[in-house]
Amino acid sequence: MQSTAHDFKDNVGTALADPNLQDSLAKLKVGFSERRRQAAERLPEFEALRDCARDIKNHALANLDFYLEEFERKVIALGGHVHWAPTADDARRIIGDLCKSVGARTVAKSKSMVAEEIALNEHLEALGIAPIETDLGEYIIQLRHEPPSHIIAPAVHLTKDQVADTFFEHHAPLGFTKRLTERNDLVAEARHVLRQKFLDADVGLTGANFLVAETGSSMLVTNEGNADLSNTLPKMHIVLASIEKVIPTLEDAAVLLRVLARSATGQESSAYTTLNTGPKRADDLDGPSAYHVVLLDNGRSSVLGTKMQDMLRCIRCGACMNHCPVYGAIGGHAYGWVYPGPIGAVLTPQLIGVEEAGDLPNASTFCGRCESVCPVRIPLPGLMRHWREREFERHLTPRAVRQGLALWSWLVRRPKLYRWATQMANRLLSMFGRAEGRYRSLPLAGGWTRFRDFPAPPAGGTFHAQWARHGGARVRP
Amino acid sequence: MSETRNPARAQILDGIRRSLHRGDLTDTARLAVEQRLAVPPRGPVVARAQLPAAEKVALFCQWAEANNATVSRVAAADVPDEVSAYLARNNLPAEAAIAPSPQLERYDWTSQKLLNLRRGRGEARDQVSITGAFAGIAETGTLVMASGPDHPVSLNLLPDTHIVVLREGDIVSGYEEVWTMLRGRYGKNSMPRTVNTITGPSRTGDIEQAIELGAHGPRRMHIVVVHD
Amino acid sequence: MPSIDRPSPPRRVALFVTCLVDLFRPVVGFAAVKLLEDAGCTVEIPPLQVCCGQPAYNSGDRASTRAIAAQVIDAFEGFEAVVAPSGSCGGMLAHHYPGLFDDDPVMKARAENLAHRSYELMSFLVDVLGVDKVTARYDGTATYHDSCSGLRELGVKQQPRRLLQSVQGLRLKEMKSPEVCCGFGGTFCVKYPEISNAMVGEKSADIAETEADTLLAGDLGCLMNMAGKLQREGRRVRVRHVAEVLADMGGQAAIGEPEAQHGPVRR
Repeated sequence: MQSTAHDFKDNVGTALADPNLQDSLAKLKVGFSERRRQAAERLPEFEALRDCARDIKNHALANLDFYLEEFERKVIALGGHVHWAPTADDARRIIGDLCKSVGARTVAKSKSMVAEEIALNEHLEALGIAPIETDLGEYIIQLRHEPPSHIIAPAVHLTKDQVADTFFEHHAPLGFTKRLTERNDLVAEARHVLRQKFLDADVGLTGANFLVAETGSSMLVTNEGNADLSNTLPKMHIVLASIEKVIPTLEDAAVLLRVLARSATGQESSAYTTLNTGPKRADDLDGPSAYHVVLLDNGRSSVLGTKMQDMLRCIRCGACMNHCPVYGAIGGHAYGWVYPGPIGAVLTPQLIGVEEAGDLPNASTFCGRCESVCPVRIPLPGLMRHWREREFERHLTPRAVRQGLALWSWLVRRPKLYRWATQMANRLLSMFGRAEGRYRSLPLAGGWTRFRDFPAPPAGGTFHAQWARHGGARVRP
Repeated sequence: MSETRNPARAQILDGIRRSLHRGDLTDTARLAVEQRLAVPPRGPVVARAQLPAAEKVALFCQWAEANNATVSRVAAADVPDEVSAYLARNNLPAEAAIAPSPQLERYDWTSQKLLNLRRGRGEARDQVSITGAFAGIAETGTLVMASGPDHPVSLNLLPDTHIVVLREGDIVSGYEEVWTMLRGRYGKNSMPRTVNTITGPSRTGDIEQAIELGAHGPRRMHIVVVHD
Repeated sequence: MPSIDRPSPPRRVALFVTCLVDLFRPVVGFAAVKLLEDAGCTVEIPPLQVCCGQPAYNSGDRASTRAIAAQVIDAFEGFEAVVAPSGSCGGMLAHHYPGLFDDDPVMKARAENLAHRSYELMSFLVDVLGVDKVTARYDGTATYHDSCSGLRELGVKQQPRRLLQSVQGLRLKEMKSPEVCCGFGGTFCVKYPEISNAMVGEKSADIAETEADTLLAGDLGCLMNMAGKLQREGRRVRVRHVAEVLADMGGQAAIGEPEAQHGPVRR
């Protein structure tokens, strides 16, 4: 996917001016967070499970080479194949070759953020193979030629009416000539259209929520059942997963599943959780005859052992964006690439470069709500701060900010001079603003006064000046 | 596949070790992770599902219903009657694809003169399927299906209505017991092609976050819980 | 109230005034002094204190942050407790300073020592000193915004509400989402003004819906942001730091209000 992260500020302007998006975001802000809160409260063990989930992922990352090799061994033992892809390009080539090897014309795809990351659809289309997105949200945005705006709810930026228009436009040639207005009718129509696509597909491509080293299984969590149709009906099942998805055992999966669904949608359990291990057995009545796992690195291994390693614990539940007030204001597209919200703000600079995505880790108030709900306790604000430090070190911080900061910190380190300067500022601001109590505009503070008044300090001087004047005695103003 | 023959594999694994500032795991470290694989530690126990058998069954039913499944509890002899009655109650055709499973053959389907059963995998035209279940999970009302000649996966997915026959004795507290049962049945180093754990009918929240049932999988799930 | 077997709470307390209070709202500093003294503390204001360094820290300027932190550590050497009328500055001292000195064991030890002695005002009064009521009067209905750092880094939630219950004449009416960020975020609000505006706009609507006449919070940055937005929108809500009300100093003109409008003008 082509990044527009460098245009973040323009993207923000577009997002804030889009009334449909703002309507959709208003629903998201209350819906997901309230359901997650209730789910967490229903389970007294939830906080202990979060600790345990964090520890499991840390353990897996510290022994990642071992668990990947173990996973590979088990997949091969049960008749599957494992492909190693150091880069996005490698993964695209491997998947393209696999599809060509069975003469594939269509690929039924179950939602995969890694597939978005490597821009798989564009590659398949260039090979003359049609990728069919089967997750309802992904299907809607594929019809609209839009990228996902959320990692678990890709079409969350759209209203029902927009979906109705999209289906009316694209399904009319298939004989659906009525513009539908009810949600259940829209879902039923998409089900009908996509069912035939499942039956016709030559390859089913899915992501994986977890790879279980103990059994060589890929684990998929969905609510719609589209991933299961994708891995059951076509003759080849390809799993595309990044290397940090591997976990040791089924017991570990049980812990992670318990925090995943609750953090993501507030469900006790998603409708479908599926373990796939190898191709169909000799006496099975259905299932794919070939099972391939493509393991993608794409820069992740270089994050291990650094301060940024914590980001690799992510299990892609989306809770951080569901609770982020910045995401809630601008939606996912403004972030400009595959992963939006707080996790996007730390992942994107890693995956496509901090020069391209430098705004993302800066566009946060560090309110900490993301960290407070993260099921694997990723210190997201801390990681964003690391990116800001790297930008500062590499002189990527805007010049005006650097100069202002340099002047300010020079002053702060000279307390006497600072007292004098702040006393002057206090007097000026107080003198000219006293009558109104506030300023409607102020030189050098346009960012503030464009949208808000700026309060003037009352008369009497700074706190320190007043304290000194009264000899340190208690003063009652 | 050896590393010398696969440079991409070596590149990733070496990269991981380099970043972790080590070579291959030391013998001690390897022993520790192998031990962890051999005897997997369990996470925090979810207390709400640690119950005597009867209450566990009740908890299963409660959560299954909370997740939009319907539940009937019957004696073994009444299973075929209940299936027919469910189809009639819901104005569904007396016609179903049934898993070719010895467990299901123990019920006397011939007693249902009007019920037309086809044994085999799921087909696009099927409206109703009947399957057994490997286990039920009380903690969340989840069904566990293990694929095999007696349980084609397509039956769990293609029909609009999925009727599942679950024996009370197969209801366990949580996932952990299911893993133990799977290892017991298939061996520590094997697995069926697919293990589906299914909680209620298919659903989507992709249009304005409002839940609609029947996105791609079954719209209705009916669980017949059979007394032991 | 402190129980008998608990170690006696610190009595010699340094107030970390914070740069915003110093420059824009001195009454908050005086209110903090009064609340601490009423609870039996001796309060000192170390003269070398300036700013905790967050503007540099949150902009990625680690070197300046370290230099400023070292200065703050020096300034507060020897006090039993360091108390700030701000969750964000309190959190900086209590949570972030030690991590700045990972390569300097001597400074790290000093930073950790300071971290253990640093508190946000509400939490210090209630959790450490065991204060459970104040003597104050404020006529009106207030709604309370939970500032992010205080809430999530220091666990400040019930403490201010408990103390506000004892203020005569005051009724507390909660807004729908008191825990959602107001969009201030230090330099964030001027670096990304449109996003900040969308956030504070939503906050302002949430506040207005309560029909409270007063907005209270424990961090001046957030308060100035919310006051500025409420006033730009023409909403008649008085905005004050919670310490002002608790210290019975709620008579001064509210944030951004002209001085003659409320209470006597002080010269």
